[in-house]
Amino acid sequence: MEPVVTSSARIGDRPRPKKNYLNETKGFKSWALTVDHKRIGIMYLIGTLFAFLLGGIFALLVRLTLLTPAHKLFGLQVTAETYNRFFTLHGAIMVFLFIIPSIPGSLTNFVLPLMLGAKDVAFPRLNLASFYLWIVGAVMAISSMIIGAVDTGWTFYTPYSTTTSGTVTLMTAAVFVLGFSSIFTGLNFIATVHKLRAPGMGWFDMPLFVWGMYSTAVIQVLATPVLGITLVLLMLERVFQIGIFDSRIGGDPVLFQHFFWFYSHPAVYIMILPGMAIISELIPTFSRKTIFGYRAIAYSSISLALVSFIVWGHHMFVAGQSQLATVVFSALTFLVAIPSGVKVFNWLCTMYQGNISLEAPMLYAISFLMLFAIGGLTGIFLGTLSTDVHLTDTYFVVAHFHYVMMGSTVTAFIGGLYYWWPKMTGRMYNEKWGRVTAVIWFIGFNATFLPQFILGSRGMPRRYYNYLDQFQPLHAFSTVGSWIIGLSLFMTAAVLLASLRKPADAPDNPWGGTTLEWQTSSPPITHNFEDQPVLEHEPYDYRPKAVAH
Amino acid sequence: MDWLRAWMMPPQGSEFAKEIDFVYMALFWLSVVLFLMIAVPSVYFAWRYRYKPGRVTPHQTHNTTLEVLWSVGPLILCVGIFFWGLNGWMKYSVAPGEAMEISVTAKQWLWQFEYPDGSRTINDIHVPVNKPVKFTMTSEDVLHDFFVPDMRVKHDIIPGRYTQIWFTPTVLGPHNFTCAEYCGKDHSGMKGNLTVDNDADFAKWMETGGTEWEDYFNGKDPKKTPADWGKITYERVGCNSCHTVDGSKSKGPSWKGVYGSMVELNNGTSVLADEAYIRESMMQPQAKVVKGFDPIMPTFQGLLKPNQANGLVAYIESLK
Amino acid sequence: MEQQFDTSKLGMWLFLVTEILLFGGLFVGFGLMQHRYPQQFIEAHEHLKQDVFGRPFPLYGAINTLVLLISSWTMVMGVNAAQTDQKKKTVRYLVLTILLACVFLGIKYVEYSHKFHDGLLPGIFYAHQSEDLIKGTHGYATFFAFYFMMTGLHGIHVLVGIGLLGWLVMRARRGDFSSEYYTPVDLVGLYWHIVDMIWIYLFPLYYLIS
Repeated sequence: MEPVVTSSARIGDRPRPKKNYLNETKGFKSWALTVDHKRIGIMYLIGTLFAFLLGGIFALLVRLTLLTPAHKLFGLQVTAETYNRFFTLHGAIMVFLFIIPSIPGSLTNFVLPLMLGAKDVAFPRLNLASFYLWIVGAVMAISSMIIGAVDTGWTFYTPYSTTTSGTVTLMTAAVFVLGFSSIFTGLNFIATVHKLRAPGMGWFDMPLFVWGMYSTAVIQVLATPVLGITLVLLMLERVFQIGIFDSRIGGDPVLFQHFFWFYSHPAVYIMILPGMAIISELIPTFSRKTIFGYRAIAYSSISLALVSFIVWGHHMFVAGQSQLATVVFSALTFLVAIPSGVKVFNWLCTMYQGNISLEAPMLYAISFLMLFAIGGLTGIFLGTLSTDVHLTDTYFVVAHFHYVMMGSTVTAFIGGLYYWWPKMTGRMYNEKWGRVTAVIWFIGFNATFLPQFILGSRGMPRRYYNYLDQFQPLHAFSTVGSWIIGLSLFMTAAVLLASLRKPADAPDNPWGGTTLEWQTSSPPITHNFEDQPVLEHEPYDYRPKAVAH
Repeated sequence: MDWLRAWMMPPQGSEFAKEIDFVYMALFWLSVVLFLMIAVPSVYFAWRYRYKPGRVTPHQTHNTTLEVLWSVGPLILCVGIFFWGLNGWMKYSVAPGEAMEISVTAKQWLWQFEYPDGSRTINDIHVPVNKPVKFTMTSEDVLHDFFVPDMRVKHDIIPGRYTQIWFTPTVLGPHNFTCAEYCGKDHSGMKGNLTVDNDADFAKWMETGGTEWEDYFNGKDPKKTPADWGKITYERVGCNSCHTVDGSKSKGPSWKGVYGSMVELNNGTSVLADEAYIRESMMQPQAKVVKGFDPIMPTFQGLLKPNQANGLVAYIESLK
Repeated sequence: MEQQFDTSKLGMWLFLVTEILLFGGLFVGFGLMQHRYPQQFIEAHEHLKQDVFGRPFPLYGAINTLVLLISSWTMVMGVNAAQTDQKKKTVRYLVLTILLACVFLGIKYVEYSHKFHDGLLPGIFYAHQSEDLIKGTHGYATFFAFYFMMTGLHGIHVLVGIGLLGWLVMRARRGDFSSEYYTPVDLVGLYWHIVDMIWIYLFPLYYLIS
């Protein structure tokens, strides 16, 4: 179980470069005006992790409020209105400021051009613009919290959202701006993948991480504009009462839901595809075995992206849409389960007869397999019409989406962070403590969210401040679980930050990976590669002659 | 394993609930099996194929047979589950013709129910056992959702539209219902109690016309007197279409100052307008017709519950 | 350079796809509302027509369509001129495109002021709101809300286009473009064509239905 650190830390005989992307230029302006995808990736990482912290604090406040029916938080009474704001802000921050931008903005930005053997993304200045749009959106969102706060739920259903007081308009404007950040990032990645691959790298020679991110980018470009117009219509309805979503002035509340979910369902695939993309890298690397079913995984990524556009109505089975629509959406929803299952089986077969070491990234990857299994399987309960009637709008749904968004995507994100940490920073983190964080994460996550399935099936609705006494033990258990999650994340932050105190002497390829980012120094030089890399072998080739070290 | 089902699900209030629970438990066990099929190999492989330096891994790129199997297999399973779910859902969607219809008006943050005979309740409702009941629902303000966990039914309630759910309760006693679509501040306080009665108890409950009137007769709230209930009844039952309360002329005599006064009838005689007179006027309006008015008032025999009649008497008395 | 040109073109096309989806949402919303209030929508359409020789005819809308079509032609000519090293012609055609765009906006201004005068405004500014709500004819208000939203959003895109064209004129006069490098002209051209195309869909939807 020792880590695989090759004895020769450098590829070939090249000396470690003195200047890398981190230290080549210094000063605030060199970062604020950078067009280097790696620096932009680091800035995104810091920004989105702050958003994760903020959203996480709201989550802890939600769970603390629910610890007992008395709703006391450190001796202070939490009112229903305050609670409603807690869960709204938790959701809005996590979805729009963290999950959607984080992996594309940080890890993908850093790694994708390296994996393609390119110097940078297709539109470096647009990349920087994406980041600044994220900053603007984040500032607007945080301002809306300070000025007045929002209590509509992150889904902004009408007519409550068009008539309630609070800074709804400012928050939706913030999300609109963040949407453009997302669109430009997706646009950039699509162009990069089409045009900037290294010589010899055809579509089916690309790492699966790229396939996953390409599929994500397709959704970002196609779905986000619809969110944009939905938010504009919401703002106009709120400010000018144009009569589209509010029945009192001739509008249709269900129309809002159709518009909203037309984006937001594909959006959840913007969240999961990057997570799956990371897992497709971690598993072959730490199994030291070629990926099983490369083409199947590649095609499943694209098909998930496309099928994600035709299932939005499964959020609305009891919302008042037509019966025909309900039936069609349920049938199509089952379709979307197949590509996900295919990936999981392929990953398992990759591990079969592998040569597996359990460093922190691999522990997170194995956690992903189990947590994603639960998340995906519980989706079946919700796609099945008769059970969905009972389970929708209850804690069952809350548990399901946390298993996929957090138990899967965030697990993969943390695994990817550990995996590419040496590449990004040039430092190896403390492996023992890294593994400990993975175990605590797995325990804490399940402790928090497994009870919530039971709360839901027993009839506890979501977004509830009060609850029947019979639900208290499960709520208390879940709250304690949330503290364990907090502990794990705090430890991860400590492990990673502690590594920065060491000198930047990590090997080029600590894990023995086969993708091109490991063929350059850790951290990379500013223009990524000293010589244009040319692809010489098929992806994930672990046969002895092909392995570089 | 029924204890597991009983732990995970609410009490079963209907046959439909039993059907849903069966589907739920089947999916549960299926999920357990599939989960183990994923979790066990992942943990086992990590141990069985743990790192040994120098070991060369086989170059397995794909296996078409296996890949087809695990694509088609789950697909068939999914199609099966879809139809199974559709089956239950079709039952839920179409109410039987003989179902008793109860109107529901949801508003922030309470439930108003109205029975076919016009009686109304708030937050508290009784239905007869073993008979289908359907709820036709609308909202006065924002989205709500009527969720009865024991019956395994829910549906959103939309302003400006009517939506419907139905069920046939088979278990006597209390079953809670609650709002399941976020509607603002007191969303989690918007709940009520559905009591399933046997026929005798239900008939008794229907006689009194619901529970809304009780607060006006128990003396707890000084702002809720029987006379106030009478005023509400005056508007709801339609007395106001013919009788004013400010003395102005309408199709029927104004109630202002009537109680305890001498009333001239169309046959020339005069009577004292005491409580007996008032009650007779409601139930047998043609018996004594006031001079100058036509005998057009319909009888309210059987249309007014005792509490409504009492309330009207108290109201008329207060208009001295 | 070729790779860069191809890449930027791909980037612009991707951006234009998002624009189509943005407007697409509004088209879908309009269609659904038309389905809801068919009678009122048809009647409301009449307000967008003017009296021409005694009969209702969408004069302003038709002129605007013609204006935008010609501007797309001048744009193409501008791209062509840039591609063939004809600096003066490039500037001329770009300026013509800007002028035509201004005519478009000018006519829109006239249209809007007529509507304002008649009280046919979006949302809470709609002067006939209360009577329509009583009569149950709030389809009118919804129609005009959509009319202003869609033509307004389109107008904003025309304005942005004028800005981009102005920037191109500046660069063209500086001599930035040649057969070797005319990418910005080409890309703004693509943008302009989409703006035109969106109007081509708006025009029949709003002005020709009766």
